[in-house]
Amino acid sequence: MADSVLSAHGLGKTFQVGKRHVVALADIDLSLRRGECLAVVGESGSGKSTLANLILGVHTPTTGEIHLDNAALPAERQLTHRKRIQLVQQNPLSALNPKRSVRASLRLALDIHGIGTPQSRHDRVNSLLSDVGLDPALADRRPAALSGGQRQRVAIARALAPQADVIVLDEPTSALDVLVQARVLALLNTLRAQHTLSYLFITHDLAVVRNVADRVAVFENGRLVELQTTSDLFSCPKADCTQRLLAAVPVVSPSELALRDALSKRNDHDEP
Amino acid sequence: MKRIVAILLLNPLSLLGLVLVSAVVCGAVFADWIAPFPEHRGAVVDFSNFNQPPNWPYIMGTDLVGRDIFSRILYAYRISLLLGVVVLVIAVPIGVISGLAAGYLKGWPSFVIMRITDVFLSIPPLVLAMSMMGLLEPTLINGMLAVTAMWWPWYTRLVYNVTRAEKQEGYVLAAETLGASTPHILFREILPNCLPPILTKMTLDFGFVILIASSLSFLGLGVQPPTPDLGSMVADGAKYLPDSWWLTVFPGLAILVAVFGFNLIGDALRDILGAES
Repeated sequence: MADSVLSAHGLGKTFQVGKRHVVALADIDLSLRRGECLAVVGESGSGKSTLANLILGVHTPTTGEIHLDNAALPAERQLTHRKRIQLVQQNPLSALNPKRSVRASLRLALDIHGIGTPQSRHDRVNSLLSDVGLDPALADRRPAALSGGQRQRVAIARALAPQADVIVLDEPTSALDVLVQARVLALLNTLRAQHTLSYLFITHDLAVVRNVADRVAVFENGRLVELQTTSDLFSCPKADCTQRLLAAVPVVSPSELALRDALSKRNDHDEP
Repeated sequence: MKRIVAILLLNPLSLLGLVLVSAVVCGAVFADWIAPFPEHRGAVVDFSNFNQPPNWPYIMGTDLVGRDIFSRILYAYRISLLLGVVVLVIAVPIGVISGLAAGYLKGWPSFVIMRITDVFLSIPPLVLAMSMMGLLEPTLINGMLAVTAMWWPWYTRLVYNVTRAEKQEGYVLAAETLGASTPHILFREILPNCLPPILTKMTLDFGFVILIASSLSFLGLGVQPPTPDLGSMVADGAKYLPDSWWLTVFPGLAILVAVFGFNLIGDALRDILGAES
């Protein structure tokens, strides 16, 4: 596919657990288009995280290949490959080293990939923080001194630091409260447009999928069972698994809906 | 660091530990000026004052050849502290590096390191040190080697366990996906997060090293006469209990003060660093 930045061809992963062979992922063909947000959804154990780990090079595939710009990625990733594929994790507190300041965490990405001169990296850290909506004055703080939303913004800034074009978002909002979730999702959408980023958005939250994804891949028992545009998937789900996932979405009662509308109108009215 | 010192000074028990350890360290370092009879650290004989109970100027009495026990305790502290420093300076880096490698790496390197560690851990520490001292000449250097041989595996085991837990943290995965090298991940990412338990154990171990070295000397396998050593002083005096009690009680109390002081500081550090992490 001409506009594909990342693609999987016959991708599979089998783990050996004692004497048993557990198939975590089997025969996956999937492509991520440049500038696209592809959501990967599925129940626990469906193979979403295994797919992310294979793409990041944490695990090596048992079968198949991953292509970056139509060139197969080797089992031992080079720095040039790592630079282009980055990760934002679920738990931002765990994702940042508690003993390192925000500046040190962000500089690490710049130092490893030799981005800028040692002098310019200080300014680059400040501009990365500004890009994700954080005050550069926070740079000398440690993660424990930041809120959950601020930590996740730092993690996003770190993923941007090596000038990556593919970002694997592993449930990036599920550890955040709903207001912070909305702000982080808005930030991710803005950054995608600004930097022509491609997102592989792993989540089990279909409300989030509806807001950010262009296409949705549904996984079940390590297999890709459905791949559709977001609007088609929500209007006409085909696979049984997709229908089950959609049926499980909590429905807002009419009274709650009325309350939400009223609050939203009041907030609009209060806005300066 | 300033905060840690402030907390240590505010807690009565840790303050007591600091006072005891400071007294021991000052006594050892400034023994040449504090000791009333500096020459009594060596082979001095003064039969006119032998086996004296505590009196002036022998505040802790004299031994069977008339040497001042207080002066000898100060010089014995110097040997004990030197032994503690040397043992920890050698054992901790060996244990930390092997523990980090075994905890982070997979497959045979981890297996080999941990099985060697298990072999050392399976032998009772004092038996291992006694065997080594039996094979080697009983000197201060060999004493340090023997104690070091029994000490590093505990650090390997401690750091291995902490590293295994830290390896699951997201920041390690983040460093890996950024392309950080293995030495960077081990020493710059994981090691700083292992430091609180290592520092706590080092402080506690300082007292235990002094205790073990004294035990070896008590058995005649440590530092040899006429060099003063707390363990051999207790052993020499034990034959004359209870009549010449000062020969045993003061060196024994000296061991207790050092070990108790380091334990109090170790406990306080554990609480402070544990709460921090």
